[in-house]
Amino acid sequence: MSAATASTASRTRPRRRLRGGGGGGERTAPYVFLAPFVLLFIGFLVVPIGLAIWNSLHTVRRSGLGFGSASETVFTGLSNYTEALTDAEFLAGLGRVLLYGVVQVPVMLALALTLALLFDSAAVRFKRFLQLSVFLPYAVPAVVAALLWGFLYQPQVSPVVDVLRSLGADPDFLAPGTVLWSIANVTVWSVTGVNMIIIFSALQTVPRDIYEAARIDGAGEFRTALRIKIPMVAPAIILTALFSVIGTLQLFNEPMVMRSVTSNVSSEYTPNMMIFSTTTQGGNINLGSAMAILLGLVTFALSVAVSVASNRRGGKR
Amino acid sequence: MTVSAVEQQRVASAPVRTRRRGGGSSHGERPSKLGVAVVSVFMIGVLVYFMLPVYWLVVASTKTASDLFSTPGLWFSEMNLWGNLSRLSTYDGGIFWRWMFNSFIYSGVGSVLMTFVSVISGYALAVYRFRGRALVVGAVMGSMLVPQTVLAQPTYQLLVEIGLNNTYAGVLIPSLVYPFGVMLGFIYARSSIPTEILEAARLDGASEWRIFLSIGSRLMGTGTVTILLFAFIGSWNNFMLPLLVLNDQSLMPVTVGLNGWSQASITVPELQTLTVVGALVSIVPVVLVFLGLQRYWRSGLAAGGVRF
Repeated sequence: MSAATASTASRTRPRRRLRGGGGGGERTAPYVFLAPFVLLFIGFLVVPIGLAIWNSLHTVRRSGLGFGSASETVFTGLSNYTEALTDAEFLAGLGRVLLYGVVQVPVMLALALTLALLFDSAAVRFKRFLQLSVFLPYAVPAVVAALLWGFLYQPQVSPVVDVLRSLGADPDFLAPGTVLWSIANVTVWSVTGVNMIIIFSALQTVPRDIYEAARIDGAGEFRTALRIKIPMVAPAIILTALFSVIGTLQLFNEPMVMRSVTSNVSSEYTPNMMIFSTTTQGGNINLGSAMAILLGLVTFALSVAVSVASNRRGGKR
Repeated sequence: MTVSAVEQQRVASAPVRTRRRGGGSSHGERPSKLGVAVVSVFMIGVLVYFMLPVYWLVVASTKTASDLFSTPGLWFSEMNLWGNLSRLSTYDGGIFWRWMFNSFIYSGVGSVLMTFVSVISGYALAVYRFRGRALVVGAVMGSMLVPQTVLAQPTYQLLVEIGLNNTYAGVLIPSLVYPFGVMLGFIYARSSIPTEILEAARLDGASEWRIFLSIGSRLMGTGTVTILLFAFIGSWNNFMLPLLVLNDQSLMPVTVGLNGWSQASITVPELQTLTVVGALVSIVPVVLVFLGLQRYWRSGLAAGGVRF
């Protein structure tokens, strides 16, 4: 009883370094503040990954036939992984997104970097308006962006096809050989803006006197951009490259939506779509999990490769 | 002719920002006339590329189903926007507005909670030194490399296990894990909160919670809005998880609903027009949020850029 009153008293009394430098609260506070994130992180990131790994190492075996058949889950080691790695469709999908990434990421980043450099120079007018126009597509959900471009690819409705036809060309954006690049165009359209803004923000933080020094040394705008600006914002470029590579391998929304305008995108077009169809229509969660883990490993390996390569280049300078 | 229509659009909208920014000539060197001309031509191309699809969407939304296919795509014909909108509102018992409402719940509630978690976690990581800090920072950085796919399917399985599949919570709760936001929060807190102020507040007897509320969160203001913007756009964009988790039409966000219409429009031609109008209506809220918060993301990203 007396202990209770004492503790209430100490809570109501204005505290002035009562607990030896405010130690107690300061020590527990970070754990309390981080608790929601850590709980969510464990519940919806660590546990699902664990579950995926467990699933990938097991297989559901059905004994007997018909409705009354019992099914049991047995440990099958890496057999799901070997099945995934020998699946021609899965490998084709993986090859497809890698090819896509090799083209889409450099093109998109080159465009983003060029625009960021131009916006940072004196050569562009209506800067704010133009910046906004480039960034705005980022606010358009990927699904809607794909729907939109889907219309612009269809010869029956597309003004783009009309214009190209009047110029004598006969483009087919949805043919088996071109549809991958039509999808790449949708993502370039969507994400160039946000990458441009990240690089542009980094450019804005470079101290201006460095440019002054370069100018006195006789370097023109172009040389300054190439030799000073780009190296100065290399960390931002690497960051955007990293996120782009991750995004590339996860390609899902755009090709999924494109399926409504062309039959040249199969339900197993990208690894992500294949995982989706294997687990939902195919009902094989175990194989799907193995594919998901494999895709995760490839993503991880590529991200590490991008960071290592950029570190090595950075080290040379 | 179609190209000139775009030209007109450009010229009409360009003077909105005729005032050139003072910082225009950033290096004190006037660019050559030829340089400006080349850059201007390039920028017109850029503007057309990025704005043309949105412009087409606006024009197409005003057309009847037959005009959509028979009239030039880049210019208006008979005005039928209101007809399309009212059809959109009544189709299938007004399911479209239900989807919009759902998206508002998922993105509105979701992004506010995501931002709160990100800001308070980033603040804790930046301000305190404690056991396990390095582990959490490492986990945040590492988890940004985890593809959504690895998570989507087992998350779905987990939701089925705890009975949250096909519910609002089933879409909302998993989306609250937002390592990118925590990283941004960490960056903003580290660059905007001087530790001396916190020490002074502690000496005055303020509790840690109070210090966070009245000092930390205020100093992180701009960064907070930037995180909110990214969280809102990210969750409005959410597609794969709701596609897996929900099978009840009335719980779907607008992205999943529109995709369904688009797939169905192969057999139900009327849905083609509705998909177009629906797509336009669905981006209005995000675009408004985006334009409204312009001031914040411009400076917010610059603040983050220090450490990127």
